[in-house]
Amino acid sequence: MSVKVKNAEKFEFTPENLEWTKTQLAKYPENRKESCVMPFLHRAQEQNNGWVSVPVMEYIADFLDMPYIRVHEVASFYSMYNLKPVGKHVIEVCTTTPCWLRGSDDVVKACKDELGIGFGETTEDGEYTLLEVECAGACVNAPVIAYKEEYYEDLDEDSTRKFIRDLKAGVAVKPGPQNGRFKSCPFGGPTTLKDMAPKGATFGGDE
Amino acid sequence: MLADKDRIFTNLYGFESPFLKAAKKRGDWDGTKKILARDQDSIINEMKESGLRGRGGAGFPTGLKWSFMPKESDGRPSYLVVNADEGEPGTCKDREIMRHDPHKLIEGCLIAGYAMRAVAAYIYIRGEFVHEAKVLEQAIEEAREAGLIGKNACGSGYDFDVFVHRGAGAYICGEETALIESLEGKKGQPRLKPPFPANVGVFGCPTTVNNVESIAVVPEILRRGGSWFAGIGRENNTGTKLFCISGHVNKPCNVEEEMGIPLKELIEKHAGGIRGGWDNLLAVIPGGSSVHMIPKSVCDTVLMDFDSLRAEGTGLGTAAVIVMDKSTDLLRAITRLSAFYKHESCGQCTPCREGTGWMWRVMERLCSGEAEIEEIDTLLEVTKQIEGHTICALGDAAAWPIQGLLRHFRPEVEHRILEYKKTHNAA
Repeated sequence: MSVKVKNAEKFEFTPENLEWTKTQLAKYPENRKESCVMPFLHRAQEQNNGWVSVPVMEYIADFLDMPYIRVHEVASFYSMYNLKPVGKHVIEVCTTTPCWLRGSDDVVKACKDELGIGFGETTEDGEYTLLEVECAGACVNAPVIAYKEEYYEDLDEDSTRKFIRDLKAGVAVKPGPQNGRFKSCPFGGPTTLKDMAPKGATFGGDE
Repeated sequence: MLADKDRIFTNLYGFESPFLKAAKKRGDWDGTKKILARDQDSIINEMKESGLRGRGGAGFPTGLKWSFMPKESDGRPSYLVVNADEGEPGTCKDREIMRHDPHKLIEGCLIAGYAMRAVAAYIYIRGEFVHEAKVLEQAIEEAREAGLIGKNACGSGYDFDVFVHRGAGAYICGEETALIESLEGKKGQPRLKPPFPANVGVFGCPTTVNNVESIAVVPEILRRGGSWFAGIGRENNTGTKLFCISGHVNKPCNVEEEMGIPLKELIEKHAGGIRGGWDNLLAVIPGGSSVHMIPKSVCDTVLMDFDSLRAEGTGLGTAAVIVMDKSTDLLRAITRLSAFYKHESCGQCTPCREGTGWMWRVMERLCSGEAEIEEIDTLLEVTKQIEGHTICALGDAAAWPIQGLLRHFRPEVEHRILEYKKTHNAA
């Protein structure tokens, strides 16, 4: 990792992101701007094709008057900062017990089959990276895939294959449950708050 | 069953818009100014009267926690920090509050912040909840524009702001002092206590850390009165609670119910029952991955509240009910949790850093059966060596699922080893 990282290019925030940093600095007490290190790393990762290189860390450290090692510590401690390049599409599969109980093994198999790669790998064309993640926190909609800013839920092998094929074909997939259910409401319809349900809503199993 | 009129989270499923106009129609921000006209002690007393116990897992009385905050400033400002780093396997309730009912949380921040004389609230939301953070930030923005928070919040003369801070994928940041470290821009490694956050918290200032659900129920408690909340549930286990029912049920879901609802009723009424019927139930982890599992015989009658579950040697935790039917390889289920804790250990304390990996490796071998019977006792002994010997509770949380497995299903583990020996010796 370290070799690649060192050879990475110079980094600085775009003018838009530079403007955005002001909104972040305003959130914390004046002498506490190190608190911005996490939001800055998130934003920089977005700008830097999905990963945090050494120049990124050094730029942020200089920006916030922090020793380089402190920023590196933070970037390497939290699992959402990628310290090596990733594909354009990062697909994260949750395999923790609640997802596993609902068949995340099938979801993993479908992902590996369709993409031809294993966990932690990127396709040769640099398009897709597949990652295994710990509990995504959507356990009643298990199994779950996190992709871009959304969760894709209630998956099985077939719907996972369809999800990846649609991604490859550039077809937009609707986030949330993939089995027709309404968010975290019970499949088939709510047992509570029935009067609140919007007219014409579908809850799965009713088509 | 809890009546709809007694439910707090009326937009739990996102049937309506999460934003201000719809939220106000649901009753949020109604008479907030009047609440803020009360003195701080009366609000805290009302919270104590409600009997609300923290919804993040530990169940510490919320009103009492607030009363630890300094009444007079020594020059340092006070802060409210909301723990929205929801990551306990099985738990997904705070996510619903943030994406569907964010104004309950924001109004709760204002009232709680006022009661503890804080200047601002930081909501620390787990990094993976990007969509949820966006909804929450938009809701905060519209509350600010409407004058509900910010300078002279709700026309009360009190200034209070609410900020969102995104995490970046570390379960340990759900521990309150690790969360504070993270908020200060550091690795999320828990601090030694004392000093407690109420004395030295975020930025070296007095701080109270509360769970999302604990804060989001505050406005409704103050509008309807502490006695209303205390009238729901059982003594010392009052109020309504969001339950997350996952695993081998026919219809996994989130639902708000009365504290102390029988587990069986909860599963059968709301989650469509166990896959294959109640008799197909093997075990349940009733409060998120960190608590001991309970076998069917306990599930038959146990009530879902802090004290009832504690009496069974487990806990309500976050009220995340993970159901496992008879098809489940319990060893595999627990081994996966061991892998989780190994991955999430922050590495600060030796018993946890080394122990979580060690326990996971032994669990892997028990799982395949490639182990000796004596190792079961060694494993149990090691869990006891980790439990209680670390700065934070992650060590305990890693030890308990294994202890729960061995307490109730030791014969299965032994059977696995003996089967392995039989097949491999024969070969």
